Amino acid sequence: MRRRIRDAFVRASRKGRAAFVPFLTAGDPSLERTPALVAALERAGADIVELGVPFSDPIADGPVIQRASERALAAGATLGTVLQVVREIRFRSEIPLVLFSYFNPIHRYGLARFAVDAAAAGVDAVLVTDAPVEEARPLWETLSSVGVDLIPLVAPTSTRRRIKAVKALAGAFVYFVARTGVTGMREVLEGGLGEQVRLVRRLAGTRVVVGFGISNPEQVHAVARLADGVVVGSALVARIAELGNTPELEGEIEGFARSLAAATVRR
Amino acid sequence: MKPLPDERGYFGAWGGRFVPETLMAPLEELAAAWEEARRDRTFRRELDELLASYCGRPTPLSLAARLTEHLGGGRIYLKREDLCHTGAHKINNALGQCLLARRMGKPRVIAETGAGQHGVAVATAAALLGLECRIYMGTEDERRQALNVYRMKLLGAEVVGVDAGSRTLKDAINESLRDWVTNVKSTHYVLGSVLGPHPYPVMVRTFQSVIGAEALLQIRERHRGLPRLVVACVGGGSNAAGMFTAFIPHRNVELVGVEAGGRGTTLGEHAARFSGGAPGVLHGTRTYVLQDQDGLTAPTHSVSAGLDYPAVGPEHAFWHDTRRVSYARVSDREALAAFHLLSELEGIVPALEPAHALAYVCRVAGKLPRGEAVLVCLSGRGDKDVSEVAALEGVAL
Repeated sequence: MRRRIRDAFVRASRKGRAAFVPFLTAGDPSLERTPALVAALERAGADIVELGVPFSDPIADGPVIQRASERALAAGATLGTVLQVVREIRFRSEIPLVLFSYFNPIHRYGLARFAVDAAAAGVDAVLVTDAPVEEARPLWETLSSVGVDLIPLVAPTSTRRRIKAVKALAGAFVYFVARTGVTGMREVLEGGLGEQVRLVRRLAGTRVVVGFGISNPEQVHAVARLADGVVVGSALVARIAELGNTPELEGEIEGFARSLAAATVRR
Repeated sequence: MKPLPDERGYFGAWGGRFVPETLMAPLEELAAAWEEARRDRTFRRELDELLASYCGRPTPLSLAARLTEHLGGGRIYLKREDLCHTGAHKINNALGQCLLARRMGKPRVIAETGAGQHGVAVATAAALLGLECRIYMGTEDERRQALNVYRMKLLGAEVVGVDAGSRTLKDAINESLRDWVTNVKSTHYVLGSVLGPHPYPVMVRTFQSVIGAEALLQIRERHRGLPRLVVACVGGGSNAAGMFTAFIPHRNVELVGVEAGGRGTTLGEHAARFSGGAPGVLHGTRTYVLQDQDGLTAPTHSVSAGLDYPAVGPEHAFWHDTRRVSYARVSDREALAAFHLLSELEGIVPALEPAHALAYVCRVAGKLPRGEAVLVCLSGRGDKDVSEVAALEGVAL
């Protein structure tokens, strides 16, 4: 499983690209269409896909992903049904999958049971928005025992001491939050990103994927020159919201994702 | 025994810091600033001076003579937090944290509010100390507490309605946390109860412990001994924690926290976390949470907006598990009856929150010997609830 993520980075890097890492909220617009959307992203050139598990109180998310969470919850998405969706995706695809969740659904599911079920379903890594290093260790131990990575977050406010502490848990990559704030689209990215990414890479000792606020090909390209991977979330989720349960959904998303994937070329 | 919480913010298995990484360094900074401030005599003197000259502390301890006679048992004493400036205990914490914000060089404070009492308290303290202030409030609560919304605006605060989720307190906290994540360099988040990530539960409890410290001295003098029973309502649990802390070492004093039983025992009809909740993580802390089988926060109901919250302070979870404090539930109907009873017998209109504590006392005081004392935290006055109660009872104002 760790292999799948590592191979994805190596493949991208051989082609002179940063890894393209799109995010979508599982279950939006429906659980049935999530596998088809993931397939569309894969065709468009996604290297890794992040699947958001919807939660009732998404404190780290801006309005776009909050509303997607509400739609997904209304469509019956829960941690359990999202794992079923992962199983379904795995029938046809080997694309690396990262589950993006808040802590409480996992806590309620049971850490050990979650790790076993996630590994069996084919989850490669788990990122928990509200579990910093201090609180993530028990989950990290449980996930490690079944070969699933934990993806730690690093923020612009993280001190050097905190970034170093991440090193003990870091698997295939760390997720660097490009700005202080919640998820969402931004016109201008914060400056000094290159320096920050280099520092994080050195202190955390692993690859750095950058997310939060990256929404168009120009921004993807700017970040791709600096980081090992680029996440686009809210911009895709906003397109999914516009299209909803229409027949054009997968095709339109594939087209938009293709323009983003093309921008990951570093030249 | 080492004092709790430990350095990671845990009271036994409860508490901690479950927040986005962006907030971790600011929380460490806050914890350090708070540790420094609490040891600094100048800071304590300034706060004590404001509590005395601005808030009107110490608040009185009143013997509820007619209520005692009516119930026919233990002597009932009321700790009169309703007489604090702004009408509730919330100002104790709001002033403390706003002073701390100023000391940390943060020109802007934000806060969540449910019933509006904490919002009013923070807007007040911010006005006094010259801080920019924004209050987040669920749109459902704005509707129920329109008067408090205008009060906050009068005090110079900006009030922002939160139109997401259940549109109540928990959603106001979500939005406050989002604001804080975004503006953390300039902003201090004045959390209103013993909730949230470390150091909030211990910091808020410490600012509120003036309630119990005063009450202990007062009741010793008036009653010539310790009370048999101390009762306080528990939403997040700040007035209860502030009251109980002084009595925790006195093992003979029975401590009871009263939760909102709402209108039934099904999930969604109440806010009784200890009988209806399960261990979980909400708003940065591990505690008892009302939630469904998928770990999604459950809806709650209480006639009192201040008790209508799906989680409870982690130190209460610890006291519950170690059995130092027991937790009871009181229904909307019982609370409303107590609201009327205190108004008519004592000339004090209580807020609906402490009306829950009073309703519990009505249940048990008759069984206590006449010589024993019962201490109740009257955490706020009921003016804010008058129109809501009138509406519930079909009275047009």
